[in-house]
Amino acid sequence: MSAPLPAGRALSAPLLAHDFEPAIFEFSEPGRQAASFRTTDLPTWTAAELVPGAFLQTGAVPLPEVSERDLVAHFTRLTHRQYSVDLGAYPLGSCTMKYNPKAADAGAALPGFTGVHPAAPATCTQGWLELLVELEEALCAITGMQAATLQPAAGAAGELTGLLLMRAYHDANGESARRRRVIVPDSAHGTNPASVRLSGYEVATVGTNPRGGVDLQALRALLDDDVAGIMLTNPNTLGLFEEEIVEIAEAVHEVGGLLYYDGANLNAILGIVRPGDMGFDIVHLNVHKTFATPHGGGGPGAGPVAVGAKLVPFLPGPRPTRGESGFELAMPERSIGRVHSWHGNAVVLLRAWMYLRLNGGDGLKRVSEIAVLNANWFKERLRGTYDIAYDRPVMHECVVSAKSLHEEVGLSALDVAKRLMELGFHPPTVYFPLIVEEALMVEPTETESPQTVSALADAFVQIAREARDVGNADDAKAAPRTTPVGRVDEARAARKLVVTFDQRRAD
Amino acid sequence: MNAPFVAHTDAEIAEMLGVLGLEDLDGLFGEIPEALRLRGGLDLPPAMSEPDVAWRLEELAARNRPCGRDLVCFAGAGSYDHEIPAVVKAIASRSEFVTAYTPYQPEVSQGVLQAIFEYQTMIARLSGLDVANASLYDGAASLVEAVNLAVVATNQRRVLCSQGVHPHWRRQLETFARGSGNEIGTVPLSGGVTAWDKVGDEGPSGAVVVAAPNFLGCLEDIAAARRVADRLGARLIVCFDPVSVGLLQTPGSLGADVVVGEGQPFGTALGFGGPYLGLFACRLQDVRRIPGRIVGETVDTGGRHAYVMTLRAREQDIRRERASSNVCTNQTLLAVTAAVHLSWLGPQGLREVALRCARATRYTREALCSINGVQLVTTAPVLCEFALRTPLEPEKLVERLVEDGYLAGVPIRAGFDDTEYEGGLLVAATERRTRAEIEGFAAAFAKAVR
Repeated sequence: MSAPLPAGRALSAPLLAHDFEPAIFEFSEPGRQAASFRTTDLPTWTAAELVPGAFLQTGAVPLPEVSERDLVAHFTRLTHRQYSVDLGAYPLGSCTMKYNPKAADAGAALPGFTGVHPAAPATCTQGWLELLVELEEALCAITGMQAATLQPAAGAAGELTGLLLMRAYHDANGESARRRRVIVPDSAHGTNPASVRLSGYEVATVGTNPRGGVDLQALRALLDDDVAGIMLTNPNTLGLFEEEIVEIAEAVHEVGGLLYYDGANLNAILGIVRPGDMGFDIVHLNVHKTFATPHGGGGPGAGPVAVGAKLVPFLPGPRPTRGESGFELAMPERSIGRVHSWHGNAVVLLRAWMYLRLNGGDGLKRVSEIAVLNANWFKERLRGTYDIAYDRPVMHECVVSAKSLHEEVGLSALDVAKRLMELGFHPPTVYFPLIVEEALMVEPTETESPQTVSALADAFVQIAREARDVGNADDAKAAPRTTPVGRVDEARAARKLVVTFDQRRAD
Repeated sequence: MNAPFVAHTDAEIAEMLGVLGLEDLDGLFGEIPEALRLRGGLDLPPAMSEPDVAWRLEELAARNRPCGRDLVCFAGAGSYDHEIPAVVKAIASRSEFVTAYTPYQPEVSQGVLQAIFEYQTMIARLSGLDVANASLYDGAASLVEAVNLAVVATNQRRVLCSQGVHPHWRRQLETFARGSGNEIGTVPLSGGVTAWDKVGDEGPSGAVVVAAPNFLGCLEDIAAARRVADRLGARLIVCFDPVSVGLLQTPGSLGADVVVGEGQPFGTALGFGGPYLGLFACRLQDVRRIPGRIVGETVDTGGRHAYVMTLRAREQDIRRERASSNVCTNQTLLAVTAAVHLSWLGPQGLREVALRCARATRYTREALCSINGVQLVTTAPVLCEFALRTPLEPEKLVERLVEDGYLAGVPIRAGFDDTEYEGGLLVAATERRTRAEIEGFAAAFAKAVR
């Protein structure tokens, strides 16, 4: 390996350690209230004059009674106990924790968009409909698909929607009774098999070959005319491109099945290769991953689903479309129905539209190139220190393993993850994919500079050397000691369930 | 070609490629079959600068008619024009909340975890049930998951859903029933409220679903729904308007097993329908069937108080095809928004919002009903919303009043075919509406239908 680039450090902000923050309810004092209201000049009818007595409650719901100042202080202190992308590297594999552009925050706050009622007539929503149609067209260009629904509110909702489209297609061909199985690789995200079950199909699991791809021979053995389709993530959860995707697609199509593309890892292939060209029929995208809409502590996201021509008539609706006199909402002729209360997570979709406009086609390609460069470069820096699960060029993420480290000095993937926190980084995804022992799944993303990726790799290496060369495994096993709390007792949380403040007080 | 959020210089890229033994970036993709490669580039417009994109966005915004002073909102149907205090926006835009992910690593996620724990407590109290969580996308998604929970808990696929449940939510139940195999039956309305006496001997059922207040704004007899659920051995699911419990008894206290609702009224903008927040609460008996995440408290190795996602073993990423839900989301940002809003309101503030909505609704209802040819669809008691029949087609009426600066309401169409409600207009008035606005609206309304 040549000399590393100038080292830098990616520091987390100083999370406030060892300070207990009381629950908001503990700040409550009877009679305090922050709220104020518009002067309406309306008659001051009493509750009893407005509502029949049988429906009325006698008391009031016990919400916190706090001043605005105490309220702000409490939640601000909570933010000091929370790591985030804006503080530093967040290399969770398969989560694509890239930087979220601030321009999108400003766009998402424009009253001209946020103030629009979802049931307002189309004359009041032309700007929204145009934006959504443009976004749909861009997503189709990126995926090589014909049309898309923007309704699904998250990736999992997209998966279920896509599988219901698969079902509707087989239904229309009179084959739904026969086609009962959907094939899912053993390396897949847990949502895939869970979505398959909820769509009424049975899961058939296909194994992984020694190179980390779908075992084509095992797949062929599973394929029969009872197969509705296959769900694949490509690159897969090992960060590897399915080299035999063409053969897989041919084999599945040959028995009349459809190919479903899980877009979790789309960040690797923007402008490089399109799911449609690989043979996929249905694609869901996670705009909160690939298109940089913020994760919000786990949501809201959005999970549009794009499809090939033969599935377009079944798309959920109503859909924003270009009409004769402006943009309008229209129901596809054989629509599976609604999958959202309204039109999807519109304000999240607006952020994705902005991201696509800011990058353009060439910029998106560069995004994937650098995401893949960072992942491969990071992997090389770990060679010789950690086990490399499948030693091939990776795409946007790599899976390394602490298996040897565990056998030699007793350090587990979890220990590595917890010690990383002390060194200033959010840990990677651990113990996933399930087929790799002591897995550490690292996705640097393209927005981390070479200095940050280098510092992250140094931290990984330092942890292993402390344990192996210095003989100090205790630091990692005791970690983290500089965070607001140390390792938490998860077993106790489940055994002695306390999920509300009222349960705590009842103890 | 550069990308706006990539830091790498050409020199750095060259050096990194050198480490990998590659000549150019294209070499990174050697494992992709050449025949599949997209060689012509993406068919997308070229990159735009930040100010150019902002300008274009402003152009599009100008083609919308947002609610506000120039379009006074009397539309509801699940999306309400409530006050959003500045403090809610300030806290909800803190980037520690905005740019964090699901709190898989509790030691560096205590902020999100504690905020959710507090939110869970507030929603449990609002619903009158034991536990709540923050994992669902919106009210309709909560209903779909509640029905799945009930079906699994009772091992019965038959579901009886009141026609008073939002038609979009019912449509969504039907969409997902194609996969789950749940059998959704409808209990009709009579006089604006659910006709429970029309439920015969349906046999064992998984769930009875009622909206209270319902889509038409009418108050519903939850105790009557409870009796039907008991008779059929079903879980009772109540879709509630969380603002309503500022005045009304909580659904849990009236016998609901699962309470779901739309959390948008607590600090989330109309936003063309999303993202919103799915409220979800249930009894302790079903806590292990809750979809998505749930936060509990525990201690760390030093005995310090700590929060963590708990009962993880039932989640999709562990149970895979044996999981009863595929939900991975934690709708944290909107849950934080709601928690801040509810803390800002306090118990008397929530009561005040509900009371003020009811007053504005009463005043609007009386003003519109005094117009010649305008009639109530039903005289059943309402709280914050009501349905009218007008001499003019509701779509035409809405279009005409938009010109006068009022969003008059939501036409009642889908889901009410061949009933007395089809073709009505649903009108809502929140705590934001003033006497002057309502009187101006009524005058414009009278002119439009004349």
